[in-house]
Amino acid sequence: MTGLAMAAALIAAPSFAAPAADAPDPAADLKAFQKYFRDKFPKVKFEDFVNGPYSMDEGLYRQWKEKEEFPPYEFALDLGKELMAKPFGNGKTLADCFPNKGVGIRQDYPYFDTEQGKVVTLELAVNQCREANGEPPYSYVKDEMAAVTAYMAFTSRGKPFDVKIPDDPRALAAYENGKRYFYTRRGQLNFSCATCHVQSPGERIRAEVLAPALGILNAMPIYRSEWSGMGTTSRRFTSCNSQVRGVPLKPQDEDYRDLEYYLSYVSNGLPISGPGARP
Amino acid sequence: MPRSILACAAALLLTAVAAPARAAEAAFKAAYASAEAANAEAGKLRNQWTTAVAALAAAKKAAEAGDFDKATSEARKSEQLSRAAIFQADEQKTNWKLMEIR
Repeated sequence: MTGLAMAAALIAAPSFAAPAADAPDPAADLKAFQKYFRDKFPKVKFEDFVNGPYSMDEGLYRQWKEKEEFPPYEFALDLGKELMAKPFGNGKTLADCFPNKGVGIRQDYPYFDTEQGKVVTLELAVNQCREANGEPPYSYVKDEMAAVTAYMAFTSRGKPFDVKIPDDPRALAAYENGKRYFYTRRGQLNFSCATCHVQSPGERIRAEVLAPALGILNAMPIYRSEWSGMGTTSRRFTSCNSQVRGVPLKPQDEDYRDLEYYLSYVSNGLPISGPGARP
Repeated sequence: MPRSILACAAALLLTAVAAPARAAEAAFKAAYASAEAANAEAGKLRNQWTTAVAALAAAKKAAEAGDFDKATSEARKSEQLSRAAIFQADEQKTNWKLMEIR
């Protein structure tokens, strides 16, 4: 396709509704976001949205229930528990950096840190802890990072997402930036996150059933059969960008952290279900 | 045949072969520079396309192998893709709001 033809295709891309000049209103966004999915899928129980593609397809749902008897993420839970308690060189542990030793707190992340002036995700908090204690950071996409966040998610299962936006213009700006990233088309395929996860959940892309955006982060981190292993939220974001033929940003880039902030906030009230398992 | 005639013929032949090769290399260099600039501009907009980056790498590889026609073709393809990426990034600066759930 020539540049001109591609440009014409971009202009002709479908849209939802006319934009309005308005001030950011996260509470109104949350309400509209959740209503959209409830209306689109009236048969899906609200709390089932956290189960991604399994909430969209009966056959997949049955397969998943069987898979959960011997979940593929189980080994990661053991490793995560061990790493949380393993002493650093200075004698402290990863657990020491978190409220309640990191148990049952997943639902509070990400949060806007007013001292740092930025969104802090669980993954960033883990590496900030390690570095503050003289340890090298984990890779953001898999292995140890996936294991410790899997353990922290597992100990938080059932607790509803409770992401807060403090009364700070910087927090609101981060939220808006995350929303912009979510709806912005990118890559040669001209897809936004919303193209798949708002317009098309329940539809198939090749053999995969697309998950709804509502509750999509509640199941993170996940074991993906496609990856033959565990992956973090960072891994999910970078691989989504690559799949639409866009060069991904670096894991935990400001845009990705803000995106996680936005997506988590609009899923407030839905229970943590991670770690998850996906095809 | 006198030696001087042979030498002249050889020189003419060499010129006839080398001139188009130099022109092909020059065309590649120009195309590659434009493609690199477009790719860098897309990068500033945080919207590079993997296909543009791959075509740029293919252009360089072909040039290193001496295939300047292929190298130029890949460079031009890369530039077109980057130009589309730049257009997309500019167009989406405001149009992302069209997709927002309200």
